[in-house]
Amino acid sequence: MIETLIQLAYLLAAFFFIMALRALGRPESARRGMQLAAFGMAVAVLATLLHARIVSYEWLAVGAMIGAVVGYPLGMWVPMTAMPQRIALSHAFGALAATLVGVGEYTHNAATGSLAGGHVLALGLEVLFGGLTVTGSLMAFGKLQEILPGRPLTFRGQNTMNLVLLAAAVIGLGWLIVSPNEVWVFAAMLAIAVLVGILFVLPIGGADMPVVVSLLNSYAGLAAVATGFAIDNNILIIVGALDGLSGFILSIAMSKAMNRSFANVLFGAFGSAEAGG
Amino acid sequence: MSATTTIQLFVFLLAGFVGMQAINRIPPLLHTPLMAATNAISGISLVASLVLAGSNEGDLATVLGTIAVACAVANIVGGFLITDRMLAMFKRTPTATEAQQVGDGASSVTKS
Repeated sequence: MIETLIQLAYLLAAFFFIMALRALGRPESARRGMQLAAFGMAVAVLATLLHARIVSYEWLAVGAMIGAVVGYPLGMWVPMTAMPQRIALSHAFGALAATLVGVGEYTHNAATGSLAGGHVLALGLEVLFGGLTVTGSLMAFGKLQEILPGRPLTFRGQNTMNLVLLAAAVIGLGWLIVSPNEVWVFAAMLAIAVLVGILFVLPIGGADMPVVVSLLNSYAGLAAVATGFAIDNNILIIVGALDGLSGFILSIAMSKAMNRSFANVLFGAFGSAEAGG
Repeated sequence: MSATTTIQLFVFLLAGFVGMQAINRIPPLLHTPLMAATNAISGISLVASLVLAGSNEGDLATVLGTIAVACAVANIVGGFLITDRMLAMFKRTPTATEAQQVGDGASSVTKS
């Protein structure tokens, strides 16, 4: 009975999120769109509080309070000109949440010995997308805030290294499907994700950073999708997919608005480095 | 592959398509607000964090879950507040031409 109620609430929340995204695409209704999204979020969160797995609430309250204390200044006190880096920082928070959930679910299920191939594939993808979004966002924040040098940084063999890491991630995922209990493979996936996040943002210049921030938004959405598959939760899959695909389209649209091709923004530094050297 | 996974894949496909279509041909004026709003929306991972933090499945799960809840709430609260502030700036422009000028300002912030 309660499970049905939760699912119906999720359905309602999904409806609000879709309407929100539509409204956000037009200037006259953008603010209503944001309110719809906030309402959808509230419905989804309240419904989740009824979830059968939640047995104690004190730590939820502690976490939520800390989050609100951190989030309020992030939202209210940051000057408008510092917008892209603040969004990047916020990404790092959201993606860190997804990554920690992935690690927590894995260790819990490893301890009870209830890891199955498909389940671990979802968890592996979750920490992969989550981890690279965390470090990628922090890198983007550093470059926009000028803590890190804003110019594109390239080094010899960077492309090769990226390809090797990508191949390692794919092999790792395959390995986890076959033998889900190899904890070190799971840890290696996390390490690869963290490294990929850094290497992916390193060769991109500070001026192109908003496109990257938008793309990282897309990855954060995909991490949420993977979480949804891992814990059988439809609202995570729906909202993650909405976020993931709209973020991807948005980063392409942003590249176009700068009269650049999407590939040129992401890999342009390699071309110029090769031409220069 | 279980029946549940198959249905989930269909849900993913359809929701992804909706996400693509919903923001098709969005004016550059709204790029940054949309980025901020979808950032807040990606805080949906709070749903999973809540389940982990409240599940009482050992100290590690509780600690990781609680930190995750804090991070996700910070993302959601900060994300929605900043989107609201950004969109509130558009409100004071009654005509389309003025809105366009604000849009140029906003998109130049994006480019810088």
